Amino acid sequence: MLIGPALALSAILFSLGVAGVLLRRNAIVLFMCIELMLNAVNLTFVALSQQHGLSGQVIVFFVMTVAAAEAAVGLAIILAIFRHSRSVDLQNINLLKG
Amino acid sequence: MTHSPALHALAAAADLPTARLYLIALVGLPLLGFLLNGALAIWRPAAKNAVSVIGSGVLIVAFSVALLGLPSMLEGAEEGLVVSLWSWMPVGPLQVNVSFLVDHLSAVMVCIVTGVGSLIHLFSIGYMKSDPGYARYFAYLNLFIVFMLVLVLGSSMPVMFIGWEGVGLCSYLLIGFWFSEKANADAGKKAFLVNRIGDFGFLLAMFITWQALGTLDFTELLSKAPTTLTVGGSVVTAITLFLFLGCAGKSAQIPLYVWLPDAMAGPTPVSALIHAATMVTAGVYLVARTNVLFAMAPFSSSVVAGIGALTALFAATIGLRQYDIKKVLAYSTVSQLGYMFLGVGTGAITAGVFHLATHAFFKALLFLGSGSVIHAMHHAYHATHSHEDAQDMRNMGGLRRYMPVTAILMGIATLAIAGVPPFSGFFSKDEILSAAFARGAESPAYYVYWGMGLVAAALTAFYMARLMAMTFFGVNRTGATEREHLHEAPWIMTGPLLILGVLSLFGGWLNLPSFIPASFGPRGFLEHWLEPVTKAGAGVHPLVMPEGQTETMLVGLAVVIALGGLFAGWRATRSTALVPAHNAIPDRGFMGVLYHKYYVDELYDAMIVQPLLWFSTTVLWKNVDQKVVDTGAVNGSARLSRGLGWLGSRLESGQVGLYVMLFVVGALYVLGVVVR
Repeated sequence: MLIGPALALSAILFSLGVAGVLLRRNAIVLFMCIELMLNAVNLTFVALSQQHGLSGQVIVFFVMTVAAAEAAVGLAIILAIFRHSRSVDLQNINLLKG
Repeated sequence: MTHSPALHALAAAADLPTARLYLIALVGLPLLGFLLNGALAIWRPAAKNAVSVIGSGVLIVAFSVALLGLPSMLEGAEEGLVVSLWSWMPVGPLQVNVSFLVDHLSAVMVCIVTGVGSLIHLFSIGYMKSDPGYARYFAYLNLFIVFMLVLVLGSSMPVMFIGWEGVGLCSYLLIGFWFSEKANADAGKKAFLVNRIGDFGFLLAMFITWQALGTLDFTELLSKAPTTLTVGGSVVTAITLFLFLGCAGKSAQIPLYVWLPDAMAGPTPVSALIHAATMVTAGVYLVARTNVLFAMAPFSSSVVAGIGALTALFAATIGLRQYDIKKVLAYSTVSQLGYMFLGVGTGAITAGVFHLATHAFFKALLFLGSGSVIHAMHHAYHATHSHEDAQDMRNMGGLRRYMPVTAILMGIATLAIAGVPPFSGFFSKDEILSAAFARGAESPAYYVYWGMGLVAAALTAFYMARLMAMTFFGVNRTGATEREHLHEAPWIMTGPLLILGVLSLFGGWLNLPSFIPASFGPRGFLEHWLEPVTKAGAGVHPLVMPEGQTETMLVGLAVVIALGGLFAGWRATRSTALVPAHNAIPDRGFMGVLYHKYYVDELYDAMIVQPLLWFSTTVLWKNVDQKVVDTGAVNGSARLSRGLGWLGSRLESGQVGLYVMLFVVGALYVLGVVVR
């Protein structure tokens, strides 16, 4: 029940996340967009677990754990970048260009 | 074959492990000598006594091993004994083992190599006494013996080829032994390069043999060839001609003989051992070893005999007008090698090997004798700080008063090489000439070869008489003060000379011809001894030796020619007003042409060396190498990869947005592929 709308919603959320990652320059916003994408996937898993058993829901927990760890590491990196260059604008962070 | 009862017991037990042990000792001892002397040369070059003992000791022991072991190994092994040491190249159908073939032919060669080798090693102790490179010299000499033994014992073409190349290497090292003088280093290089041409022929012969017969083993090859190949066919002719190209390189035959006279730049004992007695006879040995193939290719045999006869005559004429005592002997060696090829080319394998053996004795004696003379001359000039040439015969004369032992022994060798009975050279040379004459009945070209051989024999006697007259007789031209320092060589040098003198005198007893009464000794001993090796070839293309009146006539002619040549050479030299080298007028006319060796070296230089140099410098170096390889291939590939790298680096903008963009596009693409 309600699988269709749930999947549609997750697709919209995921696309928003992708668009945000592609278009925004602020590292924190970008980070939030990644979270958005992860959660869109989570929503898909939960929605489909109705038909395919509980394993989808179990994976959601794993994803959340990973997302939390990622947030910790990612935010720490962004903080370090900010301390280094007083900015979180990704356009200015291009030290690794070829 | 005769041996003591103790040996007989050994012979009964001559199974494979014993034979293997003998062969390992035979080849291993000189190798051990090389390693020890090499180590001494690096760390203790002044330990000359140790070097002498090791260097000649291993060889004398190896010679004893050969004398003790070979007869017992051959007992009951008519076809020869193949002793395999280890597998070398197991590649599909090509199974090459490092294995040694002991048969009646290789046994003769082993005895010559180790026996004459021992004497020359002993002589070297005296000759090289004050040389700073003493240990290095003996290390090289021992290494040479190792490779020479591998060459004669190798049971297949590839194993023989190792020895073949190895002796070439040692020859190179020893010719250029005093490498600090550029001429010597150049002579070594020349020998090495000219030999490469011959080796190329040997290799090609090997490839064709493998293609045609599917085997490189001598025993297998010689049993397979008569059934597989057609007599006179193109395949067997090609194989034998390429083999002979190899022989021409190694054994200094026309057109590849030019390296041998230059090889005299090395120490004199080296000339005796490598460039007279052993290595240069490897080509004769190879023809004898593959005599079945040559018997099956009458054209190739004729080429071998023809080139041999031509070389014998050609080199002998050059020898007439050389003043360097070693150069005379060098051209004489080329000439005598020509005789051997005339013999084996005619199909008289025994005669060729017989002459190989007697030549090893008397030519080693001549070279060592000349070494003894040079030693004395060098000493005299060294003591008086003179810069005259110690090898120029114009500076010698009357040396018999100062070094009588050397003079007498050199005289014996001269009579032997000139072919005066009963000296060894008479029997072997006569046998070759008779064989060539006999073959003439079948194909008349051999009559021409026989005639050339006969003229060469006269010339041989002539230049040897000239050498003796200029060196040992007449007035001494060394110089008044220098004369005081001339002296006979020490016993360590005259001793080996004495033994070689005995061998030169009695070497003919190895194979007495049938016209000698049986009371003088066993007739045709070598003929009988080598029969297991030669019978296959003789079966394909038999040779009927002349008998009765013809034989008597031939022998008489040979004796007359020898004595006539000696007499003419003696008279011609005595009547010439001889002056020391620095006062001498250069030879003019034909004599000048002979002195300049027919300008063959200059001809080769203009026709081959200079065009090659030009081609290498102008075309290959300046264009192909510098422009195509360096600029094009090397720098070009670097430039290309740098350009591609630059293109790639444009992608690495450092902008995370771009990376994500590419990532998303890629992901969408993959998704598209997977979903569809």
